[in-house]
Amino acid sequence: MLIFEHAKAGRVNTAQALREKADTSDIPEQFRRRSKPRLPEVSELQAVRHYTRLSQQNFSIDTQFYPLGSCTMKYNPRACNTLALLPGFLSRHPHAPASTGQGLLATLYELQEYLKDVTGMAAVSLTPAAGAQGEFAGVAMIRAYHDARGDTARTEILVPDAAHGTNPATAIMCGYTVREIPTDDQGDVDLEALKAAVGPQTAGLMLTNPSTLGVFERKIVAIQKIIHEAGGLTYYDGANLNAILGKVKPGDMGFDVIHMNLHKTFSTPHGGGGPGAGPVGVSKRLEPFLPIPLVARDKDGGYRLLTEAERPQSIGRLSAHMGNVGVLLRAYVYARLLGREGMHQVAEFATLNANYLMAELGKAGFDLAYPERRATHEFIVTLEKLAKETGVRALDVAKRLLDYGIHAPTTYFPLLVPECLLIEPTETEAKEALDEFVRVMRTILDEARRDAAMVKGAPYTLPVRRLDDVKAAKELDLAYRG
Amino acid sequence: MAFIPHTDEDIQAMLAAIGAPSIEALFDEIPAELRAGPLERVPERLSEMEVQRLMRERAEQDRQPLCFIGAGAYEHHIPAAVWELTTRGEFYSAYTPYQAEASQGTLQLLYEYQSMMASLTGMDVSNASMYDGASALAEAVLMAVRIHKSARRVLMPATVHPIWRRVVESIVKHQRIELVELPYCTEGGHTIPESLERFAGEDFAALVIPQPNFFGVLEDVDALTDWAHAHKMLAIGVVNPTSLALLRPPGEWGETGADIVVGEGQPLGIPLSSGGPYFGFMACKQAYVRQMPGRIIGATTDLDGKRGYALTLQAREQHIRRSKATSNICTNQGLMVTAATIYMALTGPEGLARVAAASHANTRRLAEQLDGLAGAEIAFARPYFHEVVVRLPRAANAVLKDMEAQGILGGFDLTPYYPELGDALLVCATETKSDADLAEYVQAFAKSLKAFDLSRFA
Repeated sequence: MLIFEHAKAGRVNTAQALREKADTSDIPEQFRRRSKPRLPEVSELQAVRHYTRLSQQNFSIDTQFYPLGSCTMKYNPRACNTLALLPGFLSRHPHAPASTGQGLLATLYELQEYLKDVTGMAAVSLTPAAGAQGEFAGVAMIRAYHDARGDTARTEILVPDAAHGTNPATAIMCGYTVREIPTDDQGDVDLEALKAAVGPQTAGLMLTNPSTLGVFERKIVAIQKIIHEAGGLTYYDGANLNAILGKVKPGDMGFDVIHMNLHKTFSTPHGGGGPGAGPVGVSKRLEPFLPIPLVARDKDGGYRLLTEAERPQSIGRLSAHMGNVGVLLRAYVYARLLGREGMHQVAEFATLNANYLMAELGKAGFDLAYPERRATHEFIVTLEKLAKETGVRALDVAKRLLDYGIHAPTTYFPLLVPECLLIEPTETEAKEALDEFVRVMRTILDEARRDAAMVKGAPYTLPVRRLDDVKAAKELDLAYRG
Repeated sequence: MAFIPHTDEDIQAMLAAIGAPSIEALFDEIPAELRAGPLERVPERLSEMEVQRLMRERAEQDRQPLCFIGAGAYEHHIPAAVWELTTRGEFYSAYTPYQAEASQGTLQLLYEYQSMMASLTGMDVSNASMYDGASALAEAVLMAVRIHKSARRVLMPATVHPIWRRVVESIVKHQRIELVELPYCTEGGHTIPESLERFAGEDFAALVIPQPNFFGVLEDVDALTDWAHAHKMLAIGVVNPTSLALLRPPGEWGETGADIVVGEGQPLGIPLSSGGPYFGFMACKQAYVRQMPGRIIGATTDLDGKRGYALTLQAREQHIRRSKATSNICTNQGLMVTAATIYMALTGPEGLARVAAASHANTRRLAEQLDGLAGAEIAFARPYFHEVVVRLPRAANAVLKDMEAQGILGGFDLTPYYPELGDALLVCATETKSDADLAEYVQAFAKSLKAFDLSRFA
């Protein structure tokens, strides 16, 4: 049932209703609403019961294993949430003076410093609201850098085909055209193709590393050299930072920009699709272009936000305020709980879990996309052969996993590998959870060979069976009309 | 440390299964010269108890004075049930609902949200949210340019939030889109429809129409919408969602309504949170839905014909079309939308109307007491909603500093953004302010202005 179907005209909930309606007769008739908006008219209990029941129809980290490649669904420590919700931070107005926010600003300043440290970059801005907005900031800074030098003939961004789909979309938003660079059969960037593509029109390269193929780009030093020698800048997509935290610093490798998805590596919950936070780190030469506001510490030890006047070359503001402060606070608490000694453990155990799972699935009879390579924090299984033999596709295996209480891995991404599952267990899962996943995968493989039709009909245990996506797009029903 | 469950025994068994001598060996594909040195600025770890003490001390330091600032972020009462439900792990720690069958809770909630926002704005369809109001306006401008095809200029009144205008500028300028500023009437604080005539015959993709505008003033939205349509432009409405319980929704502006509507969703149950996370909302006419960025949820049926919900129109999105997507946006503000949906369900049309009316009435009562007090006056004569511009006889930042010393955040200083107004404050009193709060404001305000008067004549 929809919340609207619990409603009855004239029912007023006591939770919010002020005792009486104040006088608004000074607003002239021409401006006034004539019909009531269709918001639910339900009691507090009806609403509580309805949304509690809805929540129970979700898979979530708190209830299920979520081996979702490239999305890093790991445990979100409870302390991060509790401490981000303290009233001093939560009730503060974004335009309140800095004098009433020294505790907050000190915290954000320290977070900037920690992120500089783990990325090896010269400066960090916390303001991008999500990874994709961080990417936008990164490419906009590349553009601002070339423009400031009068180097305006650079019109093209290079994007390896093993990158996230946001990379090409971001380059377009920043006014560039995109040239895709192919991957070789080992999963590394094809250097010859890269050399052929680079030229005076190259503004920069966006590199996802480890790539969405689940492997570390081994030729990264050569790639950097090729781009920099052509006068382009290098962008590090930090979406997969979990795999290298404390092990490799993109700044030390010579990259000019990186964005970080704090909701992944720094463990803030995905919330059903957001909010995230996508801070950007830059090399010295890009520092003047960082998006504002930035948190600064004055000589007297006080903290404040730097704005346009003090940062004339900034690419500007990307949102009305500071960015997703609540997410930043959670990331800060997480960083303090881990400390310097915990940071590299993230990468170590994410990598251990991924390689263990890859080895065990290989033994269970699954084809690995890159069997000769080390997994990073994720790896790819390809079901091409199974699909040919039985008709059971990656999607079917994904849906059948749901029946066993495990969220599906990422399916059909990256686009380069046929019938693929991109699997990322993360460091917070115990060996028992991984063994159970292998057991279930083995069972599904048997099922597929014995009774393909049954697997293709999955799931059977959820509130709905397989949904008709084509109908959803063709017969658009985007709002309740009652 | 690092929330890792592994025992030594586990580690040994796993390494044996992999055939690797050590965890370190798993990184052997990374060229040795790239390996990072030790971290320098990240401090040693703290226990949960120690972090708790640290954060409490900092939050305590930031205890907030009584706040009369609005300017795009508003303090409203949030019913207790809203965040009790929103932070349930099943909502809080769920992923984007790509596996629809395992995410019916989030998907149905987002469908309910879209339904509520479509009705509140009077539009056909809503998406499932954007980062914030300002960036949603930027996306609306990009969307209008895509729909219009021939024009790359947009008319942007100076009565639109000045910070939002800067955000739009930073996001759209790379695509050679130009924002042309429209002046406002210095007596009324609104955009004069007749002043647009000088742009008649020129090629613009859209006219942006704020209601209420940044000054709280109500614009002639019917005339502005009709003018835009008469000149082959789209009308982009920018609205405060609380106001829509009382004010005519953009879908009903002029003859045929606005085409795209955006705004900041924070007033619908989201705490002020020092500026975020908030969420932007976006709604449009059905005809433009394929040009709308962001996630959209559709109702459909399953194999058994049972009703269910799924992400739809994904061909617009970056993970399908890459460089041809409507936007690079790959997330929404799901958890904020969860809170807003529950907030709207708990307030209903009557509750939201009472919140809007009480907020407006409180601001009006405050404005009446300030008008004429010690040289201050209400700047504009037009009708307004829940926010008002007060002109001052002395520098706004000095008044704000005096008031802060008395425990009150007195408003938003307009001087840096609208120097032509002289010394002026934007003041907002929502339903959260009691009679005693208003009295405290008036007292602190009068004291600051009178102290100034004394010093001037000393």
